[in-house]
Amino acid sequence: MRYRPIFMEHVVIIGNGISGVTAARHIRKQSNCRISIISSETEHFFSRTALMYLYMGHMKFEHTKPYEDFFWKKNKLDLIHAHVSKLDPAAKLVHFQNGGSLGYDKLILAVGSKPNKFGWPGQDLQGVQGLYSYQDLQSLEQYAPNNRLCKRAVIVGGGLIGIELAEMLSTRDIPVTFLVREPSFWGNVLPASDSALLNKHIASHHIDLRLSSNLKEILSDGAGKVRGVIIHETGEEIPCNFVGLTAGVSPNIDFLKDSGIALGKGILVNRYLETNVQDIYAIGDCAEQKEPIGLRRAVEAVWYTGRMMGETVAQTICGKRTAYRPGNWFNSAKFFDIEYQTYGWVFSGKNKNDMEQHFHWEHEDGTKCITVAYQKDSRIFLGINTFGIRLRHEVVDRWLNEQQTVDFVITNLMKANFDPEWYRKFEISIQSTFQKSTKQLIS
Amino acid sequence: MSTASKDMTLTGQPPASLNRSQKYATGIAIFGLAILLLATFNISFPHKGFWLSTSLISLVLGVILFSKGAYRNTSEGIKNDGVWFKSISNRGFWAWVTGLSLTGFYTILYFYPQYLGLRKGTENTGLIALFDPLSKLLSGNSASQWFVYGTLYTVAILAFGIKFIWKYRHNRYEKIRTISVLFFQTAFAFLIPEFMARLNSDHFQLPYYDLKSVWPLNYYLFQEYHVSTFVSAGTIGVVLLVFGILSILVITPILTYKFGKRWYCSWVCGCGALAETVGDPFRQLSDKRMVAWKVERWVVHSVLVFVVVMTTAVVATYLENNSTKYWLTKDVFLIMVGSFLTLLLIAIWVFRRKELKKDARYGAVGYLVIILFLLAIHYFSGTTLFLFKAETLRTTYGFLIGSIFSGVIGTGFYPIFGSRVWCRFGCPMAAILGLQQRLLSKFRITTNGGQCISCGNCSTYCEMGIDVRAYAQKGENIVRASCVGCGICSAVCPRGVLKLENGPLDKRIDSKEILLGNDVDLMRYLNNQ
Ligand SMILES: Cc1cc2nc3c(=O)[nH]c(=O)nc-3n(C[C@H](O)[C@H](O)[C@H](O)COP(=O)(O)OP(=O)(O)OC[C@H]3O[C@@H](n4cnc5c(N)ncnc54)[C@H](O)[C@@H]3O)c2cc1C
Ligand code: SF4
Ligand code: SF4
Repeated sequence: MRYRPIFMEHVVIIGNGISGVTAARHIRKQSNCRISIISSETEHFFSRTALMYLYMGHMKFEHTKPYEDFFWKKNKLDLIHAHVSKLDPAAKLVHFQNGGSLGYDKLILAVGSKPNKFGWPGQDLQGVQGLYSYQDLQSLEQYAPNNRLCKRAVIVGGGLIGIELAEMLSTRDIPVTFLVREPSFWGNVLPASDSALLNKHIASHHIDLRLSSNLKEILSDGAGKVRGVIIHETGEEIPCNFVGLTAGVSPNIDFLKDSGIALGKGILVNRYLETNVQDIYAIGDCAEQKEPIGLRRAVEAVWYTGRMMGETVAQTICGKRTAYRPGNWFNSAKFFDIEYQTYGWVFSGKNKNDMEQHFHWEHEDGTKCITVAYQKDSRIFLGINTFGIRLRHEVVDRWLNEQQTVDFVITNLMKANFDPEWYRKFEISIQSTFQKSTKQLIS
Repeated sequence: MSTASKDMTLTGQPPASLNRSQKYATGIAIFGLAILLLATFNISFPHKGFWLSTSLISLVLGVILFSKGAYRNTSEGIKNDGVWFKSISNRGFWAWVTGLSLTGFYTILYFYPQYLGLRKGTENTGLIALFDPLSKLLSGNSASQWFVYGTLYTVAILAFGIKFIWKYRHNRYEKIRTISVLFFQTAFAFLIPEFMARLNSDHFQLPYYDLKSVWPLNYYLFQEYHVSTFVSAGTIGVVLLVFGILSILVITPILTYKFGKRWYCSWVCGCGALAETVGDPFRQLSDKRMVAWKVERWVVHSVLVFVVVMTTAVVATYLENNSTKYWLTKDVFLIMVGSFLTLLLIAIWVFRRKELKKDARYGAVGYLVIILFLLAIHYFSGTTLFLFKAETLRTTYGFLIGSIFSGVIGTGFYPIFGSRVWCRFGCPMAAILGLQQRLLSKFRITTNGGQCISCGNCSTYCEMGIDVRAYAQKGENIVRASCVGCGICSAVCPRGVLKLENGPLDKRIDSKEILLGNDVDLMRYLNNQ
């Protein structure tokens, strides 16, 4: 028989990433129930987004922990460092890989993602890996410690993690070849002119950027290690000692296959983040929305949405059933030296409909630009991308809610500036470019 | 538990640590240093002026060429690659060597200046003699150990200031701030006092006075000898003395209200100047733990109490000894101090009680009681205070705080404890400015909505050991007494989350349950409850 506390409800959370930990913190704020957090990755919560800074020597592991180690005990959050191999929803039990099990009253699945592998020949060789977990970082350290042992690295897949990996390797002077499927870096997400700016910036950091290039095959040295790759389009063979697979991530749900929980690409949830099984919830990277939320994707693998789902599910667990209704989309990233922020929707040429119009401004030094999206007829502001200029989240968010026009946004752009004090301001230049471009449109 | 969860420091193998031009640069700097060392060991140089210039120029040139080697071929941006892999910036071998050499230097400087060649009555020898030509050029007098120290201090700030500007060349806030500290150090701390000494003659004496060094950092400003010289110097002296009093009572509060304590700590102050330039490679070594914060608050505020009691006692004794000269008597003075402190505390209690954490509240009350207690004792028992003479108190303070804490530990241990140990744990000026920054100032570090990814860069590189991330990831502004406004947290943040700014007092401190980006109704429900 499993142990069942008489007075205290037991909430079990699988996954100690941002979503699971946020849920735990918010449940603790409102309730005295027993909370257990399970993870097989690291004993304590660390910030995945900071993995690159460990390899680059900006930080040590302890710096990536958002809470000091005493935090967990102080807040009565039980940490269990173990891997869950199976769920038994009927008995309300989670089973651990190394034996043993744990009963729950409510279960939150916050199990995150894993790197995509698309069945490339050689994808399981030594020295071929994704970059997601702490263990991935350790193996990167093993196979690409310096440019003597790793004479060249090839990165496959031009997204945010791919470019982080390129930057990481280049800080150790390891030459990098970067294979990107699209004709322009991150061109499936960014408008062409934004993406073009990044192409140039990447090249300026001595990365061998290969656009419109797919991986055909990864070659073995005969002893189980990678020795090179072959490019699909050209058949060219590139010798290398390390291959980074960064062609996106997908929900980490293999261990749930026979659990009775409905799965699609991820764990299917309704707007209350509830799965098809009573008392089981899913949040963060692993959750897939059954009903679409605005223009958002069904699976959103970013830090912020994980956090927001954690904040939301905690309300439901604590008795105030709350739908997940995220506000305006926002995100940010950094490409080598260029910071990027986005608010609202700015679609790439491929995904954009005819009603979405763009205004683009670029500084002549090639490290700063903005793109504003608006509706063609109503001129309502839809979203903004900035590169090399920081914006104030609160202000832009308000403009989106108020459905301001693009003209209003450009006129008031200074109010949204968030660059450090004394920085050069570009609003005047942006405004005059905007005026010129509207005049052209009218005439 | 798996090994992965233990100490996860990675092996980290960055590219060769020094490139060729950096090696040459190091050679040049060592040459400059060698001249100083030889002089210390009593090698008497002919043409002292020439050799001194050669040495100082080599030192500056070495640092500049080193920076050139480090930053020339890099793009504009954050330069923290390999910080934790290098021995010097990760408490390794070279860090200890540097730390021990510096502490050794400070010990000799403060306590055994004769080994540097200081001679009373006769010509200086050794290192100090090497500096005589420069000192004579500036002030007309021969050098003292303090002149040697002041010169080296200024040269170090200049050289490493240039390095810092190069490193942060993409950041105008950092550049302008650094130019400001370079200016105040060279002009106010170094040149002006030397020129002022030129005005001295047999009938006219001005005390050494660095105008930007405000009491209580300048803890000897009100000591008997100082005040007497000020007063005997006539109008100029009195103007300077009044300026000193206005500095702490009027100028400082106004500027701190408008700009936060950064106007002083990272734009003007000499200790800050050293920490921000020479100390920059060590800023990440500060202790960020909660316990460190607790210790910090107790220690730094105790120093503040100490310096207040000590100065009050010194001034009271002075007034007592010179009771015929002034309208201000000892008793009136003590009553003034007592009432001022009481009023201050009442005001804080009435207007800012909610914002003070519980222990800080206890602390405030406790300290008020202590101060009144001490004053009372003093009031009844003449020149002694708890059996100590006021002058003994002052020398004890000078020894413990002025020399050991600010010099030997504060600077000597840069490579071990980080660059702002003194500013954080020991500086009474920082304590005063900090209280004001927390309670009555427009300055804050704004957190940009929900953009924080909890990466930890900001906390790691905060030299004051502030856990910036703890606030940023809650969407809360950073309003901390100890923040010196260096701006580095904002610079290193990869997501543009932090902005130092002066703004309205309303909503300056804004704790939140739910961050911007989530459901508006949920935010409203939880944040306003
Ligand atoms: C290198 C990198 C950089 C990134 N940068 C950004 C960024 O800048 N901005 C941004 O918005 N997003 C970024 N992301 C994405 C972001 O980190 C993720 O969206 C987020 O961490 C997901 O959080 P989560 O809580 O859903 O899952 P995770 O953080 O993945 O946590 C899940 C945890 O559950 C554990 N787990 C899973 N299954 C089991 C099991 N069966 N038993 C025990 N434990 C299990 C996993 O080991 C893991 O520790 C980045 C991701 C990476 C890899
Ligand atoms: S909080 Fe930021 S600005 Fe303040 S001292 Fe720390 S790093 Fe400097
Ligand atoms: S550096 Fe920026 S993103 Fe990282 S923890 Fe600090 S505020 Fe957050």
